[in-house]
Amino acid sequence: MGTKSSVFDMIGPVMIGPSSSHTAGVVRIARACIKILGGIPDEAVITFYNSFARTYEGHGSDLAILGGLLDYKTDDANIKKSFELAKEKGLKYTFKSIGNASVYHPNTIKLNLTKGDKKTEVVGESLGGGIINIAEVDGFHANFSAQSHTLIIKAQDISGAIAFISSVIAQEKANIATMSVSRKGKNDMACHVIEMDSGIEPLTIQYLRSLTWVKELIYIPDIDL
Amino acid sequence: MSYLFESFAGWQSYCQEKDLNLYESVIEYEVTQRGKTEESIWNNLDKAYTVMKEAVETGLKEEMTSRSGMINNGAKKVYNHPVSVLSPEFQRLISRALAAKEVNSCMGRVVAAPTAGASGILPGTLYTLQEIHNLSDKKILEGLLVGAGIALIIEQKASLAGAVGGCQAETGSAAAMAAGAMVYCLGGTVSQIFNAVAITIQCMLGLICDPVAGLVEIPCVVRNASAAAIANSSAQIALADVSAVIPVDECIDAMGEIGANMETKYKETALGGLAATITGQEISKRVLIQDIEILPDEDLPE
Ligand code: SF4
Repeated sequence: MGTKSSVFDMIGPVMIGPSSSHTAGVVRIARACIKILGGIPDEAVITFYNSFARTYEGHGSDLAILGGLLDYKTDDANIKKSFELAKEKGLKYTFKSIGNASVYHPNTIKLNLTKGDKKTEVVGESLGGGIINIAEVDGFHANFSAQSHTLIIKAQDISGAIAFISSVIAQEKANIATMSVSRKGKNDMACHVIEMDSGIEPLTIQYLRSLTWVKELIYIPDIDL
Repeated sequence: MSYLFESFAGWQSYCQEKDLNLYESVIEYEVTQRGKTEESIWNNLDKAYTVMKEAVETGLKEEMTSRSGMINNGAKKVYNHPVSVLSPEFQRLISRALAAKEVNSCMGRVVAAPTAGASGILPGTLYTLQEIHNLSDKKILEGLLVGAGIALIIEQKASLAGAVGGCQAETGSAAAMAAGAMVYCLGGTVSQIFNAVAITIQCMLGLICDPVAGLVEIPCVVRNASAAAIANSSAQIALADVSAVIPVDECIDAMGEIGANMETKYKETALGGLAATITGQEISKRVLIQDIEILPDEDLPE
């Protein structure tokens, strides 16, 4: 049996209404995205899919996604004012709705973000109760909840990479909860996604980044922090 | 080992054996199961109650219009109306439950207790109870712990989610938490507290979840007011030792059984009940986004 519910699942969480899947979950998806991008974007194209495509406006998910992109947390009262705040902070945005992407989860959002010359594309799912899954990052399958500490390493597809990365993390005594690799055929790139129970030191991150076969490393600590 | 909140009968005998107050066993559970310190539990409860009171006050003070327009400053109108149907206290109770829930519908900050849809019930009832009986904050926080214990059991035996058990699971459970907490705060015995839960569940059984246009507005907001009223009537009945006859655990079983057999169209899908009425469908057409792109097959993500 899984972890027992907390008293604060019964009296809580403290959140911005109206619903945990349309606000809290959506804010979390956006917060994961800005960690992946490395900051608040200059421009965002946001596509709501399936059930979200119809309901996002009525439930205020458009405000929630912008609030998250502006780095507000799930209980921040500023979320309600996200349209004005986005203007103030120079975040340009476009919303789209696509109704029939049946391969996606009913509550799926795709974000195409630009910051300077950096671009990223993330697909996130709001699973209910504020729980999320980041399904894709830049075309790689990712599948992480962003609830623990997550490492995303894009690297050349060399043999022994998985064992090497896990041994480095093991030296930190960080417990690996899940680890997955996905490949995008053409340019022999692999994307490793590692979820850990605790955080790792900046020095370890620097070391992994310095490896010649590592192209990009993204570290996402608990997104609610 | 702490008590794991599997049944009301088990909770009662555990507390009797260990000579614990109901709220103490809830703290013990949170400490042993979730590794929290007692101090952090009281701090978080205090924060939750503060957010609840703020939600009540915000809803009675600030502009509360939802994006669909279906919610439009109702709580303030009720609060300020010159005619009190029953008593000024009752008028305040109802308007406070509406107020906190309107804040939720209008993207303000609330405590989901147990869910966002039911976020007006504990604030409305406890705020008003504290005011009328001059209770200390500590007493109210203890009451919240009793409410949390009640919800933990309902979650295990039935459900707290409208999508699983209908609205009885959301506003019904919140009303049961409120009734139990109120009887506790007024010095009721454990039997009276659980009897209040049983009576409340009996009053809320069968309630479907049928939100218009799928938004947590109609009927959710008025149901927070009616659930607050039912919690008060149940508490009044239970304090006088009028028995629910059917024991509380069996009442929860009935709620689970009804939820399991409830048709999907009555579980948050917005396909039945009020959502399916002519007006409900018109509203749905107006507020839901209609210009949705439908991709040709070859452009669909693989
Ligand atoms: S009708 Fe449904 S959405 Fe509304 S409060 Fe009840 S359970 Fe929640």
